[in-house]
Amino acid sequence: MTGHRPPPGHRDAADRPSVNEVLAHALDGQRLRIVASLIATTGDWDLAEDAVADATERALRLWPIDGVPDNPAAWLTVTSRRRAIDLIRRADTERTKLATLGGLQLRGGPDPGTDMTFLADDRLRLIFTCCHPALRIEARVALTLKVVAGLSTAAIAHAFLTTEETMSQRLLRAKRKITNAAIPYRIPSPSMLPERLEGVLAVIYLIFTEGYAANVVDLADEAIRLGRLLVELMPASDEARGLLALMLLQHARRDARTVDGELVTLEHQDRSRWDAGAITEALMLTQLAGSSRGTYRVQADLAARHAAAGDAASTDWPVIVTLYNELLRLAPSPIVVLNRAIAVGMSDGPLAGLAALDELAKEPKLTGSHLLPAARADLLARAGLKAEAVSALDQAIVLARTDQERRQLTRHRGELTREI
Amino acid sequence: MKYMMFVANDPEAAADETGEGTLDIETWVQANDAAGRRVMGERLRPVEDATTVRRRGGKVLVTDGPFAESREWIVGFDILDCRDLDEAIEIASQHPNAATGRIELRPFWQPADDAG
Repeated sequence: MTGHRPPPGHRDAADRPSVNEVLAHALDGQRLRIVASLIATTGDWDLAEDAVADATERALRLWPIDGVPDNPAAWLTVTSRRRAIDLIRRADTERTKLATLGGLQLRGGPDPGTDMTFLADDRLRLIFTCCHPALRIEARVALTLKVVAGLSTAAIAHAFLTTEETMSQRLLRAKRKITNAAIPYRIPSPSMLPERLEGVLAVIYLIFTEGYAANVVDLADEAIRLGRLLVELMPASDEARGLLALMLLQHARRDARTVDGELVTLEHQDRSRWDAGAITEALMLTQLAGSSRGTYRVQADLAARHAAAGDAASTDWPVIVTLYNELLRLAPSPIVVLNRAIAVGMSDGPLAGLAALDELAKEPKLTGSHLLPAARADLLARAGLKAEAVSALDQAIVLARTDQERRQLTRHRGELTREI
Repeated sequence: MKYMMFVANDPEAAADETGEGTLDIETWVQANDAAGRRVMGERLRPVEDATTVRRRGGKVLVTDGPFAESREWIVGFDILDCRDLDEAIEIASQHPNAATGRIELRPFWQPADDAG
């Protein structure tokens, strides 16, 4: 335990950050470490979260009176640990003691073989446990946001448009299953690691895309923070870097994606409104090559090619087509075929693009989606077949899912009919 | 942690599934018995030979067949004693029926469990 600073007085209070700021900063770096190590030693998730919450409350009460400790992070760690010990001692039910003992036994010793390959870090174990495939996907997302990102139950419930009651039940059931089914608190064995890491990346990307779908930008920010943490904890994983770069590049376009609430397609976005700092960070990440390339890495490379181009015309479309070919080999999907066809249209001309679209004509996953007729309309217009383009747009307008999409397509239709 | 491992057939499993990554049943049994992770296990007679027993209003009701009519049924079981769920998943995923059918892992009820 470090000593406390002398009471304020000999320094101008205005020079120093407020207690709240110091506490927020210390928690930012330390909360997850404390929670992870308390779960590792006690096996009790609620106890770990309660202990940190209590220590935070205590800091808010004591620091304004006693002064901020020299090492706020260490103070929080020590106070949380003491609080955890108190809570265990005070636990009067047999069940709690047994659960704690069970947790300690379950955890067993460290796994030198796998842990040393990466950083032997309790935070990484915690991430793998929260994203374990034996939990439902909604539970994995909720648990990761609550325990790893440190969001409140109320904030998570709000982001997922549900009640706090429902969300806390979801978290409770997930924690119970972890205990009752003995979901481990360790980094998966080498044979399971690639699949499990894919699962972790999927949870983080789901949080990111959910942020956009529900228009909750905070959620996208949390996903990027989680992506950064994973890159820090697994520096050897090229896919973790790829995911972070992909999210940064997509997020960099957030301010250019709409103008006055109206959607603007990539081609017509004002690129000066892209976040240059985020793009630079992402491009640096994509320059580090891994031993094998996965889907996030390829998608990041695609986004990086767009980010590096000054406008749609100067984009290196042949390279984009090559990257889509690579993505199709790794993870074939109708959407990738569609995006590849658009790139072919830019690279080899609209007629080649239309030919590439033809293979999707009977694709069941795209019937009912506006994406296919919208892409056809774009290619037809470029080919000078404006009347055909307008009729494809009419189909797309009927199928559009949101008013924003419908208005964007209608504007495009208006431009085309004026040109005919 | 002990797990009941239910081994079921799966009429919808692809016929061309190669079973890559699984062991043949003799090797699987021997390896897990030797490692002390398989407590016991048996193959079960098909559902035609199953009998369902209930007691309702004091009366015993006996019917022919399994709990529920379904195209899949339990063909056998093993009791595993594992360090944690990941170890049980690893063992289950090497069972030949993981490729041709499906496997359910159910942890044993622990003395400390209350609400479940």
